[in-house]
Amino acid sequence: MENDRQGAAPSADVQRRLYELMVLMKAADDRLSKGIASGELQCVYWPPRGQEAIAAAVGVCLRTDDQLVTTYRGLHDLIGKGVPLVEIYGEMLGRQVGASRGKGGTMHIARPESGVAMSTGIVGAGPPVAVGLAMAAQRKGIDRVTVVSFGDGATNTGSFHEAANMAALWDLPVVLLCQNNLYGEMTPVEHTMKVETIAERAQAYGMPGVRVDGNDPLAMVAALEEAVDRARSGGGPTLLDCVTFRFRGHYFGDPMAYIPAEQMAAAQLADPVPSFRAALASTGICSEHELEELDQAAVAAVEEALATVLAAEPASADELSRDVYADPTNCPV
Amino acid sequence: MDEQVMSQREALNLALDQALAADERVLLLGEDIADPGASGPTKGLSTRYGADRVLDTPISEAAILGAAIGMAMDGFLPVAEIMIMDFIGIAADQLINNAAKLRFMTGGRVTAPITVRTQVYGGLGTGATHSQSLEAWFMHIPGLKVIVPATPRDAKGLLTSAIFDEDPCLVLETIRLQGQRGPVPLDPSFSIPLGQGEVKRPGTDVTLVTYGRGLVESLNAAAALEAEGVSAEVLDLRTLVPLDVPLLLECVSRTRRAVVVHDAIQFAGPGAEIAAMVQEELFDVLEAPVLRVGARFVPNPGSAALEAQVYPSVDRIVSAVRRTLGKPAAEVGGDV
Ligand SMILES: Cc1ncc(C[n+]2csc(CCOP(=O)(O)OP(=O)(O)O)c2C)c(N)n1
Ligand SMILES: [Mg+2]
Repeated sequence: MENDRQGAAPSADVQRRLYELMVLMKAADDRLSKGIASGELQCVYWPPRGQEAIAAAVGVCLRTDDQLVTTYRGLHDLIGKGVPLVEIYGEMLGRQVGASRGKGGTMHIARPESGVAMSTGIVGAGPPVAVGLAMAAQRKGIDRVTVVSFGDGATNTGSFHEAANMAALWDLPVVLLCQNNLYGEMTPVEHTMKVETIAERAQAYGMPGVRVDGNDPLAMVAALEEAVDRARSGGGPTLLDCVTFRFRGHYFGDPMAYIPAEQMAAAQLADPVPSFRAALASTGICSEHELEELDQAAVAAVEEALATVLAAEPASADELSRDVYADPTNCPV
Repeated sequence: MDEQVMSQREALNLALDQALAADERVLLLGEDIADPGASGPTKGLSTRYGADRVLDTPISEAAILGAAIGMAMDGFLPVAEIMIMDFIGIAADQLINNAAKLRFMTGGRVTAPITVRTQVYGGLGTGATHSQSLEAWFMHIPGLKVIVPATPRDAKGLLTSAIFDEDPCLVLETIRLQGQRGPVPLDPSFSIPLGQGEVKRPGTDVTLVTYGRGLVESLNAAAALEAEGVSAEVLDLRTLVPLDVPLLLECVSRTRRAVVVHDAIQFAGPGAEIAAMVQEELFDVLEAPVLRVGARFVPNPGSAALEAQVYPSVDRIVSAVRRTLGKPAAEVGGDV
C-alpha cells in the first residue's frame, strides 16, 4: 500500500509547527555532534539526523497522553513528543537534571509526563511493550494510542513479529512506526530481508502496512493521522514503513565506509529539513523572515538548554543506592 | 614458536582466520561481522573466505544460535557471534535448553559443539542494557563451557580450543581489553586447553583469583601492594567451566589467603562459587575468610562517573587484601 498524501494538507499552523520541531531536532543534533567531535561533550550518541520529518509528524499527530516507545536513536522522537531538551541533554551527559538523573544514559530515556513510556537499547524490545501499553488502554477503556518507533533492522527480530501478531489479533490501539533508514548498523536492509518493503510484512499478520516517504512531513502526517485514527477508533494496529536516511551513520563517529557515495549524495539532496523549509517558502506558508526566526529560535533554545545542563550538578553518587528496588533495604548487599 | 606482538582484537582475528583456513567445517555467523561493516575480530574474514563462510545475519539472535546448533548437529563447527553479551537473553533459550543439554538428553547421540563469541561492554557509558558481565548465568548450566580470556595470547589459544571443542563453548571477549597488546604465537596449532588457569604473577602472601578484565585491576593492585611490602599472587582462571580447581587450591594452600576479583556483579557472582569451594576445601589452612571484589549490586548507570564506582578498582582490591591480612582497610582508603 503506498501512501500518496490523500486528504487535505495540514493547516498552515501545523506546517509551521512541523518545521519548528524539525529545525529544533536538527539544531539539537548539530550542537551535540559539534560538541562530541571537539571533545567538549562526552557521551555515547546514535544520531537521528535526517529522520526529523517522521518524529515531527509524531509530535503533531499525538496527544500528550498518547504513548511513545522509542529507541537509542531517539533524540528527535523525544523532542517531538515534548521532552524538554534539558532533560535529554542532561541524561546524555550524566547530570542530575537528566530525565533519569543520569542513571539511564542516552539509550534509556523515559518521561511519563510527555507520554514517553520508555526508550530501548535492545533492538526489537519496544514492540512487545507497546502491545502491553495498548492492552492496558483497551482494558481501561481509554482512547489512548501507543506509537512504537523502531528501525528496519528491528523488523527481523522475533520480538517484532510476535508483537505484530498480537497487536493485530487483539485489535490493539498501536502504530508500529518503522523508521526505515535503509541500514541496521553497517548492513543494508536488502541484505537482511527478502521482501522489498517492510510494509508488506503487515499482511502476514492481518493489519494494514503502508510505505511512506519518511522525508516528507506532510506525507507522514497524512499516514500517521490515518493510522492513529484507526487505532483510536478500535480499528487495530497499522505498520508504517517510513523510508528515510541517517546522515551520520550508526553511531556518532561512524566512518560510514559502507555507504556508497552516490547513495549518500542522493540522500542529502532529499534532506527533509532544508527540503521542507524550501517547500514552506515556495508555498508561501512561511516568509523567509519567519523561517529565519524559527531557525534562530531553535539554535537559541539548544544553546540555552546546553548551558543549563553544563552548569548542572553531575549525577550524584547516592543514585547508586536508589531505585534498584522500591525499598532500598531489599538490596541484599 | 614464532610470536608476534598484537592486540587482543588481532589475536582473536588470527584464531578465527586460522580456524577458517584449517577446517572447512568452520563458519562464522552474526550481525555486522562481514566487510565492509565489520570492525571487530571478524574484520577482513568475509573478504578472505567469502560470504559463504562468514555470514552476515539479520538481527535475529535466537535464530543465529538456533541455526548454529542445527549446523553443528550435522557436523559443522559454527562460530556464532552475539554482538554484546546483554543481547544473549534473546538467544538464551537456544543455548541453555538446546545446545547445553542435547548431548545428555540424547545419551550422547546428538551434540551441538557450537562456539558463541560475545563481547562484554562496561566502562563505556553505554548504560544498563549494554554493559553486563553475565557469565554466572551460564556457569550454572551443566553442559556449557564458559571461557573468559584476558590476554591476547590466551584469547588466541582459548578461542582455538573452543572452536574445535566437542562441547558448546561461550567465549566472553572483553571490549576494554581488545586494544591491549601482547605476544601471540603464530602457529595455527597453538591452543590452550580449556580448564587450565595460569599464575600471571607469583606471590606469597595472598592469591588474587581473577579472570577477564579483573586481571588488569588485580595486577595493578598487586603492584600497589608490593610497594607496601605485600606479595600478592595473581591467578588467572581463564575458563570458569571447566574450572582449574587443582591449581586454585594449590595456590591458596600456599598463600593461605584469597580475594576473588571480577567485573561481574559480586552478589551471586562467579566469586561466590569460587570462595565457597576454597572455604570448603581449605578451611583449616586459611588465615582469613576468602573475600570477593565484584561489581556493585546495581544496574549499570549511564553516567560514566557513576559507572566508575560500580566496578572493582585497585583501591577496593587493596582494601580487601589488607582485610585478609588483618590490617585496617582505611589506610588505603577503600570501601570493601
Ligand atoms: C537485540 C540486539 N541485537 C543487536 C543490537 C546491536 N545493534 C544496535 S542498533 C543495531 C541496528 C539496528 O538497526 P535498525 O533497527 O534499522 O535501527 P537504526 O539503528 O537504523 O535506527 C544493532 C544491530 C542490539 N542493540 N540489540
Ligand atoms: Mg535502520
